[in-house]
Amino acid sequence: MPDIALRAENLERRFGGLRAVAGVSLDVRRGEIHAVIGPNGAGKSTLINLLSGDLAVTAGDILLDGRSLRRLGPDRRGRLGIGRAYQKTTIFGASSAFENARLAVQARAGRPLALWPRRRAEQATDGLAEAALAAAGLAARGGIRADRLSHGEQRQLEIAMVVAGGAHVLLLDEPLAGMGTEEARTITALIRSLKAGRAVLLVEHDMDAVFALADRLTVMADGRVIASGSPQEVRRDQHVRTAYLGHGDPG
Amino acid sequence: MTAPADRHSWLVLALLLVLAALPLLAPGYYVQFATKILLMGIAAMALNLVVGFGGLVSLCHGAFFGLAGYVLALTAPRYDPAALWWSLPFAVAAVALVALVIGALSLRTRGLYFIMVTLAFGEMLFYLFQDAGFAGGSDGTFIHYKPELAVAGLTLVDLEAPAQFFWLVLALAAGVILLLRHLLAAPFGRALRAARDNERRARALGFPIYRLQLGAFVLSGALTALAGYFAAAQFGFVAPQMLGWHLSAILLVMVVLGGLRTVAGPLLGAAALMGLEEVLKLATEHWKLVEGLAIIGIVLVSPAGLRRLATAAFGASASGGEHLAAPPRSTAEDTTATDRSIRHA
Ligand SMILES: Nc1ncnc2c1ncn2[C@@H]1O[C@H](COP(=O)(O)OP(=O)(O)O)[C@@H](O)[C@H]1O
Ligand SMILES: [Mg+2]
Repeated sequence: MPDIALRAENLERRFGGLRAVAGVSLDVRRGEIHAVIGPNGAGKSTLINLLSGDLAVTAGDILLDGRSLRRLGPDRRGRLGIGRAYQKTTIFGASSAFENARLAVQARAGRPLALWPRRRAEQATDGLAEAALAAAGLAARGGIRADRLSHGEQRQLEIAMVVAGGAHVLLLDEPLAGMGTEEARTITALIRSLKAGRAVLLVEHDMDAVFALADRLTVMADGRVIASGSPQEVRRDQHVRTAYLGHGDPG
Repeated sequence: MTAPADRHSWLVLALLLVLAALPLLAPGYYVQFATKILLMGIAAMALNLVVGFGGLVSLCHGAFFGLAGYVLALTAPRYDPAALWWSLPFAVAAVALVALVIGALSLRTRGLYFIMVTLAFGEMLFYLFQDAGFAGGSDGTFIHYKPELAVAGLTLVDLEAPAQFFWLVLALAAGVILLLRHLLAAPFGRALRAARDNERRARALGFPIYRLQLGAFVLSGALTALAGYFAAAQFGFVAPQMLGWHLSAILLVMVVLGGLRTVAGPLLGAAALMGLEEVLKLATEHWKLVEGLAIIGIVLVSPAGLRRLATAAFGASASGGEHLAAPPRSTAEDTTATDRSIRHA
């Protein structure tokens, strides 16, 4: 299927005796948001770490446009177009928002470690960084130190960076965690705007956001997939109701 | 944008310009002393590329410094001066190669382990020259003539003349400041600082961290070699102490005194430390003790440098200061674990 950007095949990760991810298969398609939900400790963050390369897989494979990523480190995967936002915002706190965005653009530029950069290349990098900030609604905040931005803005910045690098597969780990209603709305809109032309894997606890955003939904528990399908199908699934959505119908 | 917190390197450059008049005003002893300070300062600035800007505390830079001197001693003809135009590049290239090997192995570790591994490699080089028969063993060996910089028989700079030696080194120091300023503002330097501030994020963005830090380490070693070469030439003598850990530690003290986040600060640190030493030597025979106390005092009064050093050595959690104050920043705790596991994958 041509529109599958990222595919996990029987992914497994053990921590000692614990199988944090125990044989997970799923596809993330271009132009789609695939949400993964599940209780705490289900293995969602571990799954994202496996896909991004932050953790090595114990078994199984990861395919990006059919190419195995299993042996590649996170930097190689980043350059191949996988972008990742962490559950705990991970940015360069002591640098300005603009510098953060510029680093993201630079990392995937032709010569990311240039010693004697061409002026034209530098101008192009700056331009793309400005554009990425603007697209994330941070156009006016470029000069501010990243750790002085509000919690929500830091999240926006992290997403802006991931996109600025040109990533076409996005792995977002609980982007709405700790957000106020207003901030959550901003970020939900931002995520929706990202899916055109990109494949998005979204781990999220906020069920309103999940059902508002997801084109496809996978439910994990104890490292396994217990249900997967369209949001409507999953909502009707009896296993899911008992295992996770048990206390009332969300949304 | 240029390197952050580096507004005062122009001031230091202006200071160097003024200092150029020194040979016209002061007796030869002070000119030679100033030369020594500049050479240690160059080495300290070079070291700071990895310590302050890379977040990697190296304890083998003394070995790079001394090794360059040994290369000069071993390649110089016995009864003639060495030709600077090839012996200097040769010494720098040889040290760069050694730095490449040491860096390639050490950079698989972080924090305290990195310190210990670089220390071990530095000591290996020390014992190599201490115990091996060549190059005079523990006695060291003389460099009878200063290298010669001549084109078609015409001497460009006469290094036997202390004033000319001084001016050459002064120009080198200025050149190193300008070079480091440039590199730190270039994509290379921006990436290096990014990896220091948040390695996990830098890696996820796609920066090849290992290659980046190895490049910085080799460059830093090569610049240290530049200083070591001229220090040996000035001294006219090399001995194993010139590559021991003690020298590495002194360079590190200069870095901390001068400021880890500045390009030219370590040069000021070198001047402060060596100036202090000179004064104390005149005042008391227990000068080492007093010097130690003075260093502790200075560092305690301005603890930012030490805190940054601790951050590089033990991770953000150990430093207590600025890094923890910033709310949801990088997650140092689990970063290391996951970064390690992929490296073995
Ligand atoms: N680095 C690790 N070392 C050991 N156990 C871990 C590690 N990371 C996660 N785990 C364990 O794996 C399980 C899944 O964790 P995680 O993927 O973070 O779950 P989720 O993101 O779904 O809340 C948990 O039991 C957790 O304690
Ligand atoms: Mg999680």
